[in-house]
Amino acid sequence: MNERVAKLRKQSVETKPYISTERAELMTEFYKGDIPARESVPVCRALSFKYLMENKTICINDGELIVGERGPAPKATPTYPELCCHDLEDLRILSSRERTTFIVTEEVRRIYKEKIIPFWSGKTMREKLFSAMDQKWHQAFNAGVFTEFMEQRAPGHAILDDKIYRRGMLDFKRDIAENRKKLDYFNDPRAYEKDQEYRAMDVCADAVIIFAQRHADMALELAQRQTDAVHRRELEQIAEVCSHVPANAPRNFWEALQSYWFVHLSVITELNTWDSFNPGRLDQHLLPFYEKGLQEGTLTPEQAKELLQCFWIKFNNQPAPPKVGVTEEQSGTYVDFALINVGGLTPTDGSDAVNDISYMILDVVEEMRLPQPSSCIQLSKKNPDRLVRRACEVIRTGFGQPSVFNTDVIIKEMLQDGKSMIDARTGGPSGCVTISSFGKESCTLTGYMNWSKIFELACNNGIDPNSGEQLGPQTGDAREFTSYQQLMDAYKEQLGYFIDLKIRSNNVIERLFANYMPAPFMSILMDDCIGRGLDYHNGGPRYNPTYIQGVGIGTVTDALAAVKFHVFDQQNVTIDELLKALRANFEGHERLQHTLLYHTPKYGNDDDYTDSITEEVFNAYCDLLNGRPNTKGGRYRVNLLPTTVHIYFGSVVGALPNGRKAGEPVSEGISPSQGCDAKGPTAVIKSAARIDHARTGGTLLNMKFNPQVLAGDGIDKLAHLIRSYFKLDGHHVQFNVIGAEMLRKAQQNPEQHRDLIIRVAGFSDYFVDVGRDLQNEIIARTEQQSF
Amino acid sequence: MADILNIPDSEPTSSVPRAKQSELQIRGFIFDIKKYAIHDGPGIRTTVFFKGCPLHCQWCQNPESWERHPELGFRRGRCIRCGQCVEVCMRQAITFTEDQPSIDANKCNLCGECVDACVVGAREIIGQEITVSEVMIAIEKDVVFYDQSGGGVTFSGGEPLMQPEFLLALLNQCQAQQIHTAVDTSCYAEPEIVESISEKTDLFLCDLKHMDSDIHERFTGVENNLILDNIKRLSEAGKKIVIRIPVIPGFNDDQANIEATRRFAASLSRVSKVDILPYNSGGKEKSVRLSASIKLMQTKTPDDKKMNSIAEYLNNYGFEVSIGG
Repeated sequence: MNERVAKLRKQSVETKPYISTERAELMTEFYKGDIPARESVPVCRALSFKYLMENKTICINDGELIVGERGPAPKATPTYPELCCHDLEDLRILSSRERTTFIVTEEVRRIYKEKIIPFWSGKTMREKLFSAMDQKWHQAFNAGVFTEFMEQRAPGHAILDDKIYRRGMLDFKRDIAENRKKLDYFNDPRAYEKDQEYRAMDVCADAVIIFAQRHADMALELAQRQTDAVHRRELEQIAEVCSHVPANAPRNFWEALQSYWFVHLSVITELNTWDSFNPGRLDQHLLPFYEKGLQEGTLTPEQAKELLQCFWIKFNNQPAPPKVGVTEEQSGTYVDFALINVGGLTPTDGSDAVNDISYMILDVVEEMRLPQPSSCIQLSKKNPDRLVRRACEVIRTGFGQPSVFNTDVIIKEMLQDGKSMIDARTGGPSGCVTISSFGKESCTLTGYMNWSKIFELACNNGIDPNSGEQLGPQTGDAREFTSYQQLMDAYKEQLGYFIDLKIRSNNVIERLFANYMPAPFMSILMDDCIGRGLDYHNGGPRYNPTYIQGVGIGTVTDALAAVKFHVFDQQNVTIDELLKALRANFEGHERLQHTLLYHTPKYGNDDDYTDSITEEVFNAYCDLLNGRPNTKGGRYRVNLLPTTVHIYFGSVVGALPNGRKAGEPVSEGISPSQGCDAKGPTAVIKSAARIDHARTGGTLLNMKFNPQVLAGDGIDKLAHLIRSYFKLDGHHVQFNVIGAEMLRKAQQNPEQHRDLIIRVAGFSDYFVDVGRDLQNEIIARTEQQSF
Repeated sequence: MADILNIPDSEPTSSVPRAKQSELQIRGFIFDIKKYAIHDGPGIRTTVFFKGCPLHCQWCQNPESWERHPELGFRRGRCIRCGQCVEVCMRQAITFTEDQPSIDANKCNLCGECVDACVVGAREIIGQEITVSEVMIAIEKDVVFYDQSGGGVTFSGGEPLMQPEFLLALLNQCQAQQIHTAVDTSCYAEPEIVESISEKTDLFLCDLKHMDSDIHERFTGVENNLILDNIKRLSEAGKKIVIRIPVIPGFNDDQANIEATRRFAASLSRVSKVDILPYNSGGKEKSVRLSASIKLMQTKTPDDKKMNSIAEYLNNYGFEVSIGG
């Protein structure tokens, strides 16, 4: 990388994240005014957004080509008190905890104490949500049966298609106006609601144009003060770019990137969305600008790469806003789940979409070595081997990127969900592994479902051993079960009960967001919100699925298999003895624990004994959840990913029949339980491919390799391994290429290993920044055979 | 003990009719089936390690392959001296001497009770008797990877030619399933045996340890004449051969031997590739876990410079060379 990029990268990597109160203060000022009482909710939200964009600090960093920050400066992290408001204890913990720390100054604390907390207390979405939930929900939530995404952030998970590269905000304003004109107040009972939504969208489009123009103004001002001619010319160019986009369609490569960046900042300033936001198929979007630039002689490949590198740094400057209600031990991540897609197929004719920019992006990923943005390749059978080989080379460098997705099965998943072929090909994975049709979908992840906890409840007649509370239905005293099937049936009944409980509450939460917290700016970007006059949170998008993410398929399979094998098939132990050992957390039952751990079939070894159980557990979840209606005209879908929740979920579950002790993490994604994959990567892949991935909207498989396995033609073998998994319809796979020894060193001397990045469950992060439990868990994961 | 395979499966999942049902029931001794083997021939492979070897190479990386029959392994470092193994042994084969459990191999019948009882996993039974049918189940599980990568199965050891009937049955089964086969062998076997399996084998990985028969005998226990003759015969029969040279510092890495090896390889008609395999001390590590007393030589891993210079030398004579296979 050149000097400019190196300098900007250094600034990004070395600046410590800190809390900025600017957004919270502006929001508070706005809501103290008279507009909220005067205007409809969407218009009020739009005007509050405009107020932010008109008044927030504009930042142009020295030497950068792509401009704009979410906060007043790089790593300044805003808060969203209208969603959830940090209290003083939160701020204390954030600034003092060991990892994922945020600097909180005295001034920030004072402002929170005097202005933010007094105003927002009792008015946040989090409080609205909690007070709308019934006692059963609270019991299950507190016991860790499931989590709830919307208590901290807003529905998001949105990815953009190519529309902003073809059209500008002024074009969208025209669309909005035309649709508004067509409103039929005689025959459409929702005409007024739609009118308010259109007004809101229009205000938001203006707000973003103003925001960009403020950057143009500042760049000109800086240019006038700049004595160096080259630097002055650059600032003038920035001014020119920012006065043209995103008001108008971009005319060149630079404007295309800058236009996206303004849109990105606007989405993540309007609300704190899950996941942040994402440019989607960047290689396809940029190609026409690249080719045109080369043809006209206005762009060189080096310039294009430099602009991409500057663009990369912008993502890394925006840490994910921290949660509220945090504890000392709990840490999070700075990663905000922006995932750049490379490769795959073209939407219209389904041909190989790999182009020069695809490879350029992989070069940039390799060279930048930043945790944000994350990157993936979409790999279809039509894509050349060069793509997967190049991706494997970057994977080999050991910082967890790119992850690899199977385009062909993603298309199947989309078609299964009723999407058109073109919309299916337009899509791909969003932040983590969940798919959506880019620019047309709100795919809302609502929370994780703790299958291991549910299994524990099935073993205890619905009573939580931790509290003695009756959390689930009474499915029978397990000690009286005379067959394995009875236990499986009890598990399914418990699962069904909690899915119902979660859906019932989601039906309330969805309406809370539709009614009180619309996102009119994001609605401009997603087809068919403008056509329908409906908000992104209210069924405006063409597709509106809701997800509840299943967690712990490896653990639950192993637990069921252990009972089946030792209690019913081999009759080595009675279920009563087994349950006693679990209650004692295996103390005094070490030999039994050893047998359960090491002499019991385990998921992840291509063994039909366990994998048929995996299949049954998976199908039970799909049958109970897939296709259920939500309140937005969409349907529920299954996905299997954990992010880092498998550690929290493990902490609330007692000892289990697979030999796992109380409190230890449960398995993550569709990966085998930690240390149980004894037969190497091909067996893991066969087990993981046993379930029908096409029934899901995403699964996550994490594999760890030692660098030696990938030496020489190890790259080809890895490429073949990936292709084989995809032949078997696997959805996604990601690789950690790191030795356990090195991780231990990094744990002991974090200062010396600041650069070490590890891919953790769908995102990559600096290893030294993740919590100690997660560090230990990563170390404990089996290193695959062959080295 | 059944840990090498997941036994609950019963029959191979294939629709191709089997030639001879009885062939599937032939039994042999193996000590491991390794999936995702990426250094034992082309593509992604499964390597089946036969137990039993006529050579006792002083640098052997798999000393657990010497004995044909299963044996008890013990990882002393893991032992917490809890005495569980002594307690459960029904034949009183284990006793505590000097605060360490020691086992009387004559009394032990490998029942596996002590393995199950050891909560720290210090004990294991190495090797098992297994049928062709069971091995094929394991092999066929990874067909998708072989197809994708141009891989297949490699029979290694130990010495696969020491169990010719078992090997031939496996080769027959693989051929019927159109699975690519490689035999990794010392070539120390009766010529008739080599001939009998050669037709069913797609690729031979032939070890060439030393060209001087006396030195060969001193370090491996056997002369090399039979080995060289067998390799020549395979070559004359038109078989595809990869020559594999373990590079053992102080034994065979001198220029004279490398040159002699090169000349021999050049005299063969179908050598597709030469693998040079750097010595590592893993075998020595493993040898102390076995109850049989095995003394291996002390040497060090050759450095990259040495390996590269040998590779370059062979390469200059037109051989495709890979380091590490």
